Amino acid sequence: MKIKTLLAGTGIALALATGAFAQDPTKVGFIYVGPVGDGGWTYEHDQARLAVEAEFSDAVETFYVESVPEGPDAERVITQMALQGADLIFTTSFGFMDATVNVAERFPDVKFEHATGYKTADNVSAYNARFYEGRAIQGHIAGQMTESNIIGYIGSYPIPEVIQGINSAFLHAREVNPDVEFRIIWAYTWFDPAKEAEAASVLIEQGADVILQHTDSTAPQAAAQAAGNVITFGQASDMAEFAPFPRVSSIIDDWAPYYIERTQAVIDGTWESSNVWHGIPEGMVGIGEITDAVPAEIKASAEVMIEAIRAGEYHPFTGPINYQDGSVWLEEGDVADDETLLGMNFFVEGLAGDIPQ
Amino acid sequence: MIRLEKRTAPSQFWTYAAPVLAVLLTMICGGLLFAALGNDPLITIRTIFWDPLFSEFSWYYRPQLLIKGAPLVLIAIGLSFGFRAGVWNIGAEGQYILGAICGAAVGLAFYPTESVFILPLMIMAGALGGWAWAMIPGLLRVKFGTNEILVSLMLVYVAQQLLASMALGAMRNPDGMGFPGSRNLARYPSATSWINEGAGLHWGVVFAFVAVIFAYITLSRHIFGYHVRLSGQSPRAARFAGVNPGLLVLVCMGIAGALAGLAGLFEVAGPSGLISIDFNAGYGFTAIIVAFLGRLHPIGILLAAGLMALTYIGGDIAQSNLRLPAAAIQVLQGMLLFFLLAVDVLTHYRVRIGTRKLA
Repeated sequence: MKIKTLLAGTGIALALATGAFAQDPTKVGFIYVGPVGDGGWTYEHDQARLAVEAEFSDAVETFYVESVPEGPDAERVITQMALQGADLIFTTSFGFMDATVNVAERFPDVKFEHATGYKTADNVSAYNARFYEGRAIQGHIAGQMTESNIIGYIGSYPIPEVIQGINSAFLHAREVNPDVEFRIIWAYTWFDPAKEAEAASVLIEQGADVILQHTDSTAPQAAAQAAGNVITFGQASDMAEFAPFPRVSSIIDDWAPYYIERTQAVIDGTWESSNVWHGIPEGMVGIGEITDAVPAEIKASAEVMIEAIRAGEYHPFTGPINYQDGSVWLEEGDVADDETLLGMNFFVEGLAGDIPQ
Repeated sequence: MIRLEKRTAPSQFWTYAAPVLAVLLTMICGGLLFAALGNDPLITIRTIFWDPLFSEFSWYYRPQLLIKGAPLVLIAIGLSFGFRAGVWNIGAEGQYILGAICGAAVGLAFYPTESVFILPLMIMAGALGGWAWAMIPGLLRVKFGTNEILVSLMLVYVAQQLLASMALGAMRNPDGMGFPGSRNLARYPSATSWINEGAGLHWGVVFAFVAVIFAYITLSRHIFGYHVRLSGQSPRAARFAGVNPGLLVLVCMGIAGALAGLAGLFEVAGPSGLISIDFNAGYGFTAIIVAFLGRLHPIGILLAAGLMALTYIGGDIAQSNLRLPAAAIQVLQGMLLFFLLAVDVLTHYRVRIGTRKLA
């Protein structure tokens, strides 16, 4: 009896002691628009989540919900994470914007980070990457590699981020090849391998020998591989399993440094609402290895462009650039301002077709 | 040897017991699946089926069940009429989208005027939009004998393109900095379908319950309900009983379309708030499962919609709490329909063990 009481007493004391010493881990939640195995966009966000776990080990606990539809369901899932005691929540798709802001109103003590949107609040930050910098490199390589002079482009949704990419890739392809043409297909999805593969096949049938994609799966890479003479670029993730051919380079989103920085800020209590737009210079946009399928001189000039962007010497939207109708957008030497880019809803001169309205 | 012997009449007992058995089998096999994935099956099943109702945060999840269930009930009730009569409307998703577009158009046209007449007008427009979209496959079947399964399904994709075009063009929020998506109707007092957001109560929930009662009375007490049942069981007998088959197709399609349109309107003016490119979240397709899970019976549909809503909400909780992959939840939902269809054999057949004795 005595021993039992003693043991129980020790047990309680031990529980109290460890309870007092072990700090509650900071809980970080992630909402993904696709499955973590998409090999592209969501995969990279999940890699960054794992990087956060590795960085802080026991001090941070992460959790996620994948394949969340952009609509009313998103609001429920975000609320549920906040109820579970998340201290910081990353919502990683444009379509989660309104849901994030709504939930944030009801949970003023929880910090929210929304990717690729424009709405912020006291406890909501926005963050995005300047993907168009990577698109400039793609256009530069693609314009010189194409033999049919037709470049196929799989667009997701006609939103500014995607239009920036198309314009940037086109400007830099035209710069090195005045005969190049773009064919654009809008897939109206971020992740749908069947639809993406079909779009790629249609573009290839139309004579495209370069496929650029702004969707998240590797299906277009596989379609190009099957066609045999078509090159591609990895999107959001390196997609290295398709290197060295058809994938000749890639845009890699590296969210890890940002996620680690923001998690640290929450732990330190120094988190403040912000709106960042980082690119190649900050390392948020990376360019995957340019393979040997690209001739050495093209590779060299692409690397010069990467370095110029990294050093802040070159902006992909530097005038003279005209609107599609031929009127002047940027005069010689002028650089596009961020506000115009963030709301970009027009094509530049030379691109055929209209943005769906 | 196990043999199946056709029953002379469907078993009363198994009609009601089959869905319950299907749910139990789903839980058992789902549990095995979760165990294979390295999760504790009991905790997982409890998280999905129990936590939304009785856990610490059930005060938040219970209203969510209403929000998630209401559109399913509305659409499934509408579909049940046609399914009973052998009219296969697979395109409720498209009718749902059109209802949302038409209803939202009325609301946006009045912005920012405040008036008590705006929401009723939107409701009418929503029902009308869904109805008109359902009339296309309906009329094509009646006039030209086309297959309504194909036509209604294909019209879903047309509706999705229309939705995208609205979100990007005609209905785009002028204050939205060029981003796609309309103004938020949930923030427009005269147009919102919310009655009490915290309680999960919007007019769609009210209409869903009204639809259940209305359908119950129609199917059990009204001559139209009798005609619907008769047409499904025996089209020839129905003709002798004076049923006009063409008219029946149109009425069944019309009811389904109008109710799906209403569901879309209430969703766009409340939980969703805005017309966006991917506004539709698959309610129109899930409702087909709900209709069959509920035995095409109004009360059954109510229960089935509740169960489906539970697996969605519980599934999301399981994902974030237990790190269960999203696909595992989808497999669980698929199992539910699979087992229901499998167990249904017992309703129409008797299982005999041993060889048949010849007299």
